[in-house]
Amino acid sequence: MSVLVGRETRLLVQGMGKHGTFHAMGCREYGTTVVGGVTPGKGGTTVEGFPLFDSVTEAVRKTGANVSVVFVPPPGAADAIMEAADAGITLVVAITEGVPTLDMVKASAFLEGRKTRLIGPNCPGIISPAEKCKVGIMPGHIHKGGGVGVVSRSGTLTYEAVHQLTTLGIGQSTCIGIGGDPIIGTRHVDALKLFNEDPGTEAIVMIGEIGGTDEEEAAAYVRQQVKKPVVGFIAGQTAPPGRRMGHAGAIISGGKGTAEEKMKAMADAGVHVVRSPADIGATVARVLKR
Amino acid sequence: MKIHEYQGKAVLSSFGVPVPRGKVAYTVAEAVENAKELGLPVVVKAQIHAGGRGKAGGVKLARTADEVETVAKTMLGMVLRTHQTGPEGRVVRRLLIEQGIDLEGAREMYLAAVVDRAKGAPVIMASAQGGVEIEEVAARDPGAILKETIEPAVGFQPFQARKLAFGLGIPAAQLARASAFMQAVYRAFEAVDASMVEINPLLALRDGSLIALDAKVNFDDNALYRHPELKELRDFDEEDPLEVEASKHSLNYIKLEGGTVGCMVNGAGLAMATMDIIKLAGGSPANFLDVGGGASAEQIKNAFRILLGDREVKAVLINIFGGILRCDVLAEGVIAAVRDLGVGVPVVIRMKGNNEDKGKAMLRDSGLNFTTADDMTEAAQKVVAAAGAGQ
Repeated sequence: MSVLVGRETRLLVQGMGKHGTFHAMGCREYGTTVVGGVTPGKGGTTVEGFPLFDSVTEAVRKTGANVSVVFVPPPGAADAIMEAADAGITLVVAITEGVPTLDMVKASAFLEGRKTRLIGPNCPGIISPAEKCKVGIMPGHIHKGGGVGVVSRSGTLTYEAVHQLTTLGIGQSTCIGIGGDPIIGTRHVDALKLFNEDPGTEAIVMIGEIGGTDEEEAAAYVRQQVKKPVVGFIAGQTAPPGRRMGHAGAIISGGKGTAEEKMKAMADAGVHVVRSPADIGATVARVLKR
Repeated sequence: MKIHEYQGKAVLSSFGVPVPRGKVAYTVAEAVENAKELGLPVVVKAQIHAGGRGKAGGVKLARTADEVETVAKTMLGMVLRTHQTGPEGRVVRRLLIEQGIDLEGAREMYLAAVVDRAKGAPVIMASAQGGVEIEEVAARDPGAILKETIEPAVGFQPFQARKLAFGLGIPAAQLARASAFMQAVYRAFEAVDASMVEINPLLALRDGSLIALDAKVNFDDNALYRHPELKELRDFDEEDPLEVEASKHSLNYIKLEGGTVGCMVNGAGLAMATMDIIKLAGGSPANFLDVGGGASAEQIKNAFRILLGDREVKAVLINIFGGILRCDVLAEGVIAAVRDLGVGVPVVIRMKGNNEDKGKAMLRDSGLNFTTADDMTEAAQKVVAAAGAGQ
């Protein structure tokens, strides 16, 4: 079982430039049904066997696309997200890094009241290994189908955690990279709700970072609602305050958003908090008694 | 991106926010000239990218031209240490010479515009308790901070400004003025893609007029591409030279004080986690360095040069999870860097993912002295031991 993406996913790629095309091929190779791409002005042509369309609306009408992945560069990324929502796409995964915050403010407001869910921006995407469905840029081969749901704000650190799980023979239901920006669509708490309700997910790995209060909010939800074991890690235990640690959202400001606060909130909620990023896989194995 | 107070005030002023008259000075002579032009008395304010300047001696009143000269001489070139600069402090290179404001009967308040991450929308914050750090107010008396969330579709509404003004205790006769002030602040915030505008203190003078006595304006780096004129406000003297050099090569580097283990990682989250595991292994990370998802051999070499530019680095840990970045490309870059740059400190490499075996073989066959590790714990222990031995 999986959440959000799986066999029924019909993926449309927004922004079929070099980068978008490369990853569209990667998704197709992994097993995802990629129905085409959108590049305004290139409608009617094809690239690497993918039919191109001028607009998302046209693509949806002609291909039945229900999920889109956005590679459009920062100046047009928020616009692409809104276009997908307008066309009735139910899940938009925005990979683009560097989207202006106020653009995301507008896009978030636009999505309000619509049926579209956003993942990202500035994220690696989402993958359901057992259903051979990858929507994003992560290396597919490190994943393995199974029962652990993974949600994370970072890219390569997620790969690290997934690799640890797979090496120990523990598979994943779905891995969601929610992104490292201050304003994102799907947040930790949203992903936890999905995993909590998914019968195919038996345990959850939650990887957070310094900055903001999303992990604290997620911890409150774990305490109240989650019956499945949750293993958590927070990156940035040694990060200095006031400095943006790569991700726009990874910053301790005004004394808020420290790793210590987040780890405490998670531990208080019953999350198995690991201090070392090398212990994520082993801790999952322990709580699942494998 | 951070800018100086005088630049922030110029930005706000261009949107109609009242600020004191003032002018920047780079020399003592300029300071005196500015003071004469503005009319005495003046306030001489050290311009550095950090708060807490007043307490540290970076803000002084000068009544005569001689006093301006004396103060400017002392301040220019001094190392200002505030609670925000850290113990190393910042060298003062610019002064803001500003008209003296009559504080008799004036009231200090606080006003700011920021993006509320949880709400996904801008919020205007105000407090009647100005002139002190807002974090202190928040900790002591959270109710003293008023907040109005902006609906992105309609913007900051007059009723919200009135709510804030009444909350601040501004008299009814001054309501229109207060509302106009706040609207101007929000207009500026939105138009320049600020990540923060903070006016502390916001001064209500005896005659009821409002003025921004201090101003902090930070910009959203992601939006700078659409504000080329703002890029010129960047002051490289306020940044670490290695960080500036790194940014030229699209590398994300942050120097950490007192660390001895240099680290090179792909991805921000993994880079932070690598710093964390070095600390857990008993060492201290010297930096955060994210080479990005698709680094080339050339990038790896640039990264190495920057890492080794920090003289305190006694050993280097390279931790790469090859998703898009292939391990053989990494190995090629590392080998080239070590050969060309003559790296004199131990290098521990841990790589996983695409073409891992090929990369490892290249390192082994290079004839260079690398230490390799299979997992993060082993890598951290080895590099911490190496850094310790090098001291």
